[in-house]
Amino acid sequence: MSDKHDKHKSKYTLDRGMPGAFEGETITRRRLMNVGGQTAGIVATASIILPALGFAVGPIFKSTPHRWETVGTESMFTDLNYVPVVLTLTPNIGEAGKTTVYVRKFNAAIDTDPYDKNSPYIAISSRCAHLGCPVRWVDAAERFICPCHGGVYDLLGRRVGGPPVRPLDRFYTRVVGEYVQLGPRFSVNSQLRHFSPRDPGQPLDGIGQYMYPSRPGAQI
Amino acid sequence: MPKLPKLPPAPLPPAMKPPPDRPGEDTGVGGVSGAAKSAGINVVDWVDERTSLSGGARWMMFRKVPKGTNWFYTLGSATMFAFLSQAMTGVFLAMYYRPDPSGGAYESIRYVTNDVFLGQFVRGMHKWGSSVMVILIFLHMGRTFFFGAYKYPRELNWVIGVVLLILTMTMSFTGYLLPFDQRAYWATIVGVNINGTGPLLGPYLSDFLRGGSEFGATTLSRFYAIHMLLVPGLIAALIGAHLYLVARLGTTAPPWTKAETRPELRESEV
Repeated sequence: MSDKHDKHKSKYTLDRGMPGAFEGETITRRRLMNVGGQTAGIVATASIILPALGFAVGPIFKSTPHRWETVGTESMFTDLNYVPVVLTLTPNIGEAGKTTVYVRKFNAAIDTDPYDKNSPYIAISSRCAHLGCPVRWVDAAERFICPCHGGVYDLLGRRVGGPPVRPLDRFYTRVVGEYVQLGPRFSVNSQLRHFSPRDPGQPLDGIGQYMYPSRPGAQI
Repeated sequence: MPKLPKLPPAPLPPAMKPPPDRPGEDTGVGGVSGAAKSAGINVVDWVDERTSLSGGARWMMFRKVPKGTNWFYTLGSATMFAFLSQAMTGVFLAMYYRPDPSGGAYESIRYVTNDVFLGQFVRGMHKWGSSVMVILIFLHMGRTFFFGAYKYPRELNWVIGVVLLILTMTMSFTGYLLPFDQRAYWATIVGVNINGTGPLLGPYLSDFLRGGSEFGATTLSRFYAIHMLLVPGLIAALIGAHLYLVARLGTTAPPWTKAETRPELRESEV
């Protein structure tokens, strides 16, 4: 094999003794047509496939703009119990774009977690952290209870029973004038540390926060 | 080209039968009735002369099957006809369905069910037929497994069959959202979130299914497009490949049949 390069060192096809060679050629016409035709085919196919693929997966990488929605006046809420309000997550698609959020005033006696000290209201999402069914605040039990698979959460939305893998999500809150507004969603781990919003069923404690990365479409 | 076999005469009552040809007269090929009789054969001949389709049809339909072939071997065809039934009824449902999440989808399904002539029947066929198809697939798969029909040289056909099973599951999942009632909505929320629990890629998969990070304006039309355009095409193509391999490799004998050799070929003690 060592003399292979010695034998074929000429750049002309004729010197290399290739079949169908012509004088002065550095590449046979058959090879040129093969490579050229296949390259053209690849370019033509890619110019159809790639835009179509990008069109289908594009929404994954689109970040949704933050919306602040007024859900009521300050006089509606107390710091002892939750008031359900309806929040629009996706406008213009009717009921399918709405969700229920449980809101109460910040209560220094309960909300001792340092992450919560700057939020005027505590807004807990009704989306179960197990698989996304709607939880309900049951006053008598002082628990959030999920109808689907029996997830149970306490007053702060932390899991106390059932299959959920993390506490209930929350929403950012602010007060404009006398109106209470809810902003983007965020997820919390069992220490109520804030994370960018994750889908239900994705744990945020320990290795979970690395196994279920934050997506470009849901950032805060 | 070999001549096609002659069809047997139609079972007409004696009074309607044409009189037999008289000796020395035309032999029945002329005249209007003769032309009508041979028209079908002529058309088939004309097409076959230009396409040679009859060879492929014979190769597909007139295969040797092993002794002991029984009703269990019809489960695959039954699954295919369940798919064809789903495709037929689905086309007619698509004439009425509107993938509009702000109430139009539910209303169009309500209209099909309550107001369209035979709409309830066609929708019922599609709805119950989907369950029938899944059940038949599993019975067919069980037959293949317990008869050992997945072994050499049919492994690739088993693989294609598993892909077909997954695609059918995709059909069931995407079709379940389309009525867009409470059950459909919450089942899809839960289903998408189950997809999202896969580590590393799960969050992106659920974003892909929803077309965004929340259930959005295009989620329903996305599911509709996957349900009626993307997956049915794949299923039809793979059924073709599945059938080709069945015809190419033949079917297996049931495991309880013994191979019988002719006595003169048996190895006798030496």
